[in-house]
Order: sequence, then structure tokens, then C-alpha cells
Amino acid sequence: MFENILIWFVVIPVIMMAGLGLCRNSSMNAIRAVMVVCSTVLLGLSIWLCCDFLRLRGMGVDDEMLFTGSWMWYEPLNIHLAVGVDGISVLMLLLSSVIVFAGTFASWKISPLPKNFFLWFALLSTGVFGFFISIDIFTMFMFYEVALIPMYLLIGVWGTGRKEYSAMKLTLMLMGGSAFLMLGLLGIYWHSAPEGGQLTWNILEISHNASIAPEWQNMLFCFTFVGFGVLGAMFPFHTWSPDGHACAPTAVSMLHAGVLMKLGGYGCFRIAIFLLPQAANELAWIFIILTGVSIVYGAFSACVQTDLKYINAYSSVSHCGMVLFAILMLNTTAMTGAILQMLSHGLMTALFFALIGMIYGRTHTRDIRQMGGLMKIMPYLGVCYMIAGFASLGLPGLSGFVAEMTIFFGSFQDADLFHRIFVIAATCSIVITAVYILRVVGKLLLGPVQDEHHLALTDATWFERLSTVTLILCIAGIGCFPNWINETIQHSFAPIMAAVQSVAL
Amino acid sequence: MDYSQFGSMIPELIVLGIFMVVFLFDTFSGEKGKKILTPFATILFLLGTIAIWIVPASGEEIFGGMYINNTATNAIKAILNVGVFIVLLQSAKWVQSDEVAIRKGEFYELILVTLFGMYLMVSARHFLLFIIGLESASLPLAALVAFNKRHYESHEAAIKYIMTAVFSSAILLTGLSFVYAFSGGSLYFSDIALNINQGEMSGLLIAALAFVIAGIGFKLSLVPFHLWTADVYEGAPTAVTSYLSVISKGAAAFAFFIIFVQCFGTVYSDAWEWMMYAVIILTITVGNLFAIRQKNMKRFMAFSSISQAGYIMLGAMAADTLGLASMIFYIFVYIVSNLGAFAVISSIEDKTGKLSMDDYNGLHKTNPYLSFLMTLAMFSLAGIPPFAGFFSKILIFTSVTGTGSWALYMLVLIALINTIISLYYYLLVVKAMWISPDEPKIEKFESGRCQKVSFFLCGAGIIFFGVVPYIYQYCYDAVVNSSDVIASIMVFVFR
Repeated sequence: MFENILIWFVVIPVIMMAGLGLCRNSSMNAIRAVMVVCSTVLLGLSIWLCCDFLRLRGMGVDDEMLFTGSWMWYEPLNIHLAVGVDGISVLMLLLSSVIVFAGTFASWKISPLPKNFFLWFALLSTGVFGFFISIDIFTMFMFYEVALIPMYLLIGVWGTGRKEYSAMKLTLMLMGGSAFLMLGLLGIYWHSAPEGGQLTWNILEISHNASIAPEWQNMLFCFTFVGFGVLGAMFPFHTWSPDGHACAPTAVSMLHAGVLMKLGGYGCFRIAIFLLPQAANELAWIFIILTGVSIVYGAFSACVQTDLKYINAYSSVSHCGMVLFAILMLNTTAMTGAILQMLSHGLMTALFFALIGMIYGRTHTRDIRQMGGLMKIMPYLGVCYMIAGFASLGLPGLSGFVAEMTIFFGSFQDADLFHRIFVIAATCSIVITAVYILRVVGKLLLGPVQDEHHLALTDATWFERLSTVTLILCIAGIGCFPNWINETIQHSFAPIMAAVQSVAL
Repeated sequence: MDYSQFGSMIPELIVLGIFMVVFLFDTFSGEKGKKILTPFATILFLLGTIAIWIVPASGEEIFGGMYINNTATNAIKAILNVGVFIVLLQSAKWVQSDEVAIRKGEFYELILVTLFGMYLMVSARHFLLFIIGLESASLPLAALVAFNKRHYESHEAAIKYIMTAVFSSAILLTGLSFVYAFSGGSLYFSDIALNINQGEMSGLLIAALAFVIAGIGFKLSLVPFHLWTADVYEGAPTAVTSYLSVISKGAAAFAFFIIFVQCFGTVYSDAWEWMMYAVIILTITVGNLFAIRQKNMKRFMAFSSISQAGYIMLGAMAADTLGLASMIFYIFVYIVSNLGAFAVISSIEDKTGKLSMDDYNGLHKTNPYLSFLMTLAMFSLAGIPPFAGFFSKILIFTSVTGTGSWALYMLVLIALINTIISLYYYLLVVKAMWISPDEPKIEKFESGRCQKVSFFLCGAGIIFFGVVPYIYQYCYDAVVNSSDVIASIMVFVFR
């Protein structure tokens, strides 16, 4: 079992938890050592996986999933621990490990109870990694929920502001989503084989064997898409996102906006669309409307906020809406864009939240009206914030541009009026994004200094620089060399497109 | 009569043997002997539990088919035994306290007698034996509920319990007399199944089934027969409350499944599916909604256990092999999770006498391990992975949706939405312990040694037995290998 490299993505966080369990709350250095070692190993492992994956693909191995492995778990129900990755999951693993790495450094001085903080943080990352390596919907769902619940304590104990309210709201809404999801998955399981065949939870087997009746597909599609859509902050189920992000501690916001919200998009893509293609063709329009609304609505809401974290949370609603929107276009170009957008949004949002955390740690306010001229006071953080902002509004050379361009190119392929209207509306959101980003940058970084006490503040420390530089390098890397990402994921869409087109009208 | 038949009743004989030994020891030992009664009884019970796990079931029907000892009944008995063992560990401290120390022998004897009754309930294949088991399980429980002699709440609870127990038995017996009317004069489960099939549907049958559901529903505290639960749980000594909430519920749930599938399986969709459908929805929802407002931990656990009983009964709705296996597994997980919560509650109550949820504010500052175990238990009860509660819930939902009917899909949807409500109030406890900014009201303290063992057992059960599928596999194999259960399920599937 342990010869499979993917298993280690779950084993290492578990080792991390065990290691943290042995530390004392007072011995900060031991805790940091465990976190740094394990998150570095994870980062190295995912880079290695990525290289190995590209090597195998280069050698002409064109299985749907590589590094597959499957171990029986609950035999009566044919539940396996089945793992496997395609290009998309490899990139998601890479993204998650980058953000876990950056998040560790961003919460270098967490208090109180650092040990418990990192324990829950490690549990959260176990869930995230487990989700991306699973190809068995049962384990996928299990890891999905593992990733959700630590949020309650992470926000509730270490958060700021109305943390009890936000933590409860976030947990209940996400768990509500997963209740619907659960029902959808159970339906898929019981229809996963033709009459009399061996039922299975394995995604690949289901996609090959199953022929789910259309009326069941429609119902199950709604359940699964809404279930994952709640985590993807789809309108009208996005309201947990602003409150949750605003109250969460820095590293948790990073991981949550950066990776956890991607679970939603990835799940819609891998389960809702892939396993229920007919319903996806028929019902995509409903969700195109909803995601279209979230793109525009999120962007407009961000324009009127004054709290830095709220601005970012609404901007996340808008950008994550774009991911789901592109997936629903059901063509290869748009889906490529969606994957790029997931990576790009994950990285830049993590960078934003890390920076906001650092600024808030110094100024003790997140209200942009009370800050100004930070560029002069802390030039390093200011420049980083600007880079993040530019990535967000789609400056060429950074990741946002590549992602959004691909999405809009792809989305424009559908020539009917309905799609056109929504694509045009979504495209307009770029302008609105520019409005709120430039507003913040102008007010926060460039304007006059609002508070004299701020003049005495210091710039970033080494661990903060490490955290931000990692993220910026990745953002610029995607922006300048999008080709290698394309290369990694290009094989991954064929099975999904085949499934979708085989039932297209 | 062939007395060798008694040889098949191995689990019953083991419990009876332990009972006799404890009783004689308690009666004839002096002051010194009394001191070691607690470890003596606990260790003896542990040995008995191990014996029941190890000794294979004979699978024989004896006394003309009145009693059966097959793998499924053996599995539930073994699991109940584990629960009772944990209860004994938790109560070790309390039975040594001044007030009850002099009567501690009675405590063990009464527990063993009720357990014996539950064994008969589980193994009965004839209503007469079932009633004997039911009565000997519930009457001594009333004495246990009244065990805190000097507390009037305890008396009140005992009166409430005995009144409802007797009343529910009366209702059950009325129902059975109706059943007798059209079963052709037999109370054997198999005869009833045959004869009901031949007769046509009548108002009498509906009334009979309603009465039987009501009678057993009292034991399980299903809504609308739950009104005694909160008061009895609150008034009873905490050790007895935890015993009531898991063990007697588990036995009754299993017996319910066997009765309804074996006797009335043939009239499932005509007569009792819709009744149970309504009862389960009511049970889960009402239990959850009332739990939200409870501030006393014992009342809180009472309502939480009402709604958990609804989830357990989902297995009866599935009414097939998977349903029964998931139900037994759910009972096991419910035992370790609920007892985990009660371990913390009783240990805090023993030390400080505090029972209100507000007293738990900031508990993690003084007692981090207790708060950790309580958090595990709450997460497991709410069905959060990777803890065992998640697996038991998801497996029972899977078995219910397996029947493929829309109505049961909707039932699962309602149950799932209810898990969100239950998550809310379980998180309230977590919030009190970890998030509340108040200064802790409970000082730092050491729990007793036995209690620590029970913490460990519950915590390990919650963490491991979801991820490790051993127990589920054990339950499933037990159900598959018990031929009479399978036979009745097969009849029922091709009805």
C-alpha cells in the first residue's frame, strides 16, 4: 500500500498530526519544526509527483489516471480506498502543498494554543490532499467533510470579530451543502452499474459502466452540483464566504479561499459533470444563470466594502463563480481556463489574505478608510499587495490574465443568444474587478498616511517574506509559462468531453 | 424435557453465572470483601464479555423454536456487553461514594439482571419469551433509576419510568392479543409470519401493529412515546442514565428489527412502512429541535439520544441484510460515542456536581483531555469524519437508499438535513468548551483510574472503528451467517 506515492499525501499530514501531538503547547520551536519539515516534504513530494507525471505522459502513457491503486475497505458495500491522479489533480495537489507551505509561515506567531491550531490545520490539509487523490466517491466525500469541520474551531478559537457567529454559519452552510451532496452520491452509487452488475463507488468504473436513467440524472445532478456549489460559493449559497473569511485567522483564510473553495469546483467537474453528463447538458443553463449572477454580484459587492477581508471574500465569490461558469460551458478550452483560474485564484487569494493578515497584525485595523500611504511605510508588503492586485485584475504576465482570457475564449464558442449574454456580462466583471482593486490600492498604498502611529510600523520579517515570495513566484510562473500547465492537463479533458458529447443533443 | 437444550444459551448462562457469583459474593463476604467488590465484578464482567466475543454461536433453535442463539444475536450481545463494561468502569467512582457504597452490590446485580432480560429480548422467537425478557429488562431498571435514595428527582424519575414502562407493556400486550387473534393461535414469530400472509388486511392488523410499535417505541423513546425520557434521564444517577440511553435502546432496536421483519415482513408496505416513516421523521426532528434549547447536559443528552434512536430505526426501514448490519454497527458506534460523552459528564459530576452546559465554558483551559474526548464524542454523534459516527451514519443511509424508492430517498434527505440541526447543538457544547471567553468554572482535577480506562476505550473506539472496518465486517458477517434472519429477509425481499 505504501509503495504508492499518492498515499503519502495523506500519510504525511497524519504523521504531522502525530508529531504535533507529541509537542507541548509551550514549545513553539518544536511545533514550528514539525510543521516546516512536513510541509516542505509535502511540497517536495508534489513537485516530484508533477515531474514524474509529466515524464510518464511524455513516454506516451495515456491512461485516464496514473499512479492508481485500490484497496478494499468496507467490503459489503464495495467501498475501496482508491487513488489515482490525472493532470488536474496533480496541479491541485501542487497548489495545496504550496499554500500549506506558505500558510505555515504565515501563521508563524499564532497564539494562543499553537499546538491545537496546527493540529486542526493538519487535519484540514489531510482532508484537502485526500480529496484530490481519491477516485472513489466514498473516500472523496469523507475527505471532503474532513476538510470542512476543522474550520469551525479554527475560526471560532483563533478568529477575529464576530467569530462565533461566522464559524457556526460557515460550518452549518457547508455541512448543509454536503448533506445534499451525500444524497447525490448515494444515488450515483445505487445506479452505478446496469441491473444485476457489481455496484461501485469508483469514478472510472462508474463512468464506463453506468447508464443512469435521465430523470435520476437530473435529480442527482442538482444535488451534487448544489452540494459542491455551496463550497464553490455559488450564488445564492455564497453568504458563508464573506463572514467566514473575514473572521478567520490568516493561514485559515489562505487555505480556505486558496484550496478549499477549489474542492467545490473540482468536485463539480469530476463528479457532477463527468458522471452525469446527460443532466449536465440539459441543466447547465440553470447553473450558468446562478454562477453568472455570482460573478457580477460578487464583483459589485466588493466595490462597496471597506474591510479588506470582505473585499477579498467578495472578489473570491466572483472569481470562483468564474470557475464554475467555465466548467458549465462544457468545452475543452473553457475547462482549461477553469483549471487555470482555480490555480490562479488559489495563489493570488492566498497571497491577498497573507498580506492582509500581515498588515492587520501591524495596524490592527482592516478598514481601508483608516489606513493610507502604506507603500512608504512598508514598501515590501505594499509591492506584494500591488502584485496580487494586478494578478487579480488580469494583468498580462501574471496568472489571472491567462486564466480569464482562456475562460472567455472558451465560453464564447457557444454561439446562441443565452450563452452570449451571460458571457458578455461575465466579461464585464473584469472592469469591475479593476475598479475595486485600484480603489484599494490607491487608498491603502498610495494615498496620504491616515494615522500617525502607522509611521512607526516595520516591514515584513523573514518568514513573512518567504511565504509571500513563494506565492508570487508561482503566480508569475503560471503567468509567464502557461504552456507547461496546458501540457499537464491536456489529456485530462478527453474522457469528460467524450462523456458529455456522447449524450449531447 | 431435554435439559441439554440449556447448553445452547451460552451468553445467557455467562451473564447468569456472573450474576450468581456477584450475588453470593456480595451476600456472604465481610467488610473486606465488599471493598473489592467493584474490581471483582468489573473484571468478572470483562472476562464474560471476552467469552461472548470468542465462543461461536451454535445457531440452534431450542425449546421448539422459542429461543435462538445465532451469529447476529451473538454480535449484538457482544456489543451490548462492551457497552455495559464501559458503564461499569464509569460508575466505579460513583458506587464507592458514601451514599451508595453500602448498596453497590445491588447496583451490579440489577445491571446484570436487566442485561439478562435484554439478551432474552434479542434471542426470543416467541412473544412469550420476548415479554419475559422485556419485563425483566425494564422493572429492575426502575430500581436502578431510583438508586440515589436521598434525591427526590431520582424517585420522581423512577415513578415516571415505572409508570410508562408498565403502561407501554400493557399496550404491547393488547397489540399482541390482536396479533394472536389472526395468527391462528400461535405466538411463534414464524407462525405469525405465515398466517398474516394468508389473512387479508384489516383494521385490526393496523391497530395491532400500531400498538406493538407504541409498546416497543416507549423503550426506544421514539416520538410520540418519548415524554418520559428527559425527566428520567435527568433524575437518574448518571451511570444509570448512560446505561439507559445506550444499552436498553440498542437491545430494543435489534428486537424491533427482528420482530418486524420476521413476523410482519410480509405486510411491510401495506401496514407498517408508513407508520414507521412518520415515527422516524418525528423522532429525529423533534429530538433535534428540543435538544437545541437544553442547558442541562443530561437533558441535552436525552434529546440527542431520542434523535439518535430515529437514526437507528432507519435500519428497520431498510429491512434487509445491509440494514441490519448497519443497524448493529450504528448501535456499536452510538454506544462508544454516547458513553464517551457520558464519561466526561459523569466524571465532572462526580468531582464538582456541575451539570449545566454553562459550567463547561472554557473547560479546555483546565481539563484539556476531557474537552478533547467530549469534542470527539460530539463530532462522532454529529457524524463528522474521520470519526466512527460518520461511517455509521453513512452506512445506514446507504442501506436505506438501496431500496430505490423515492419515499425512502426523501426520508434520507430529511435525516440528512436533521444531521445539520444536530451538528448545531453538538457544536454548542464544543463552543462552550473551546471558544467561550469566560473563565473556566471547573477546576483542574484528576479522574479516577477506571474512568481513565473508559475514556481511553471510548476515544479509541471513536477514532479507530470507523477507519478500521473490522466491526462493520463483523456485524455484516454475523447477519449473513444467521440463517433464520436471512431467510425472513429473503421472504420479505420477494414479497
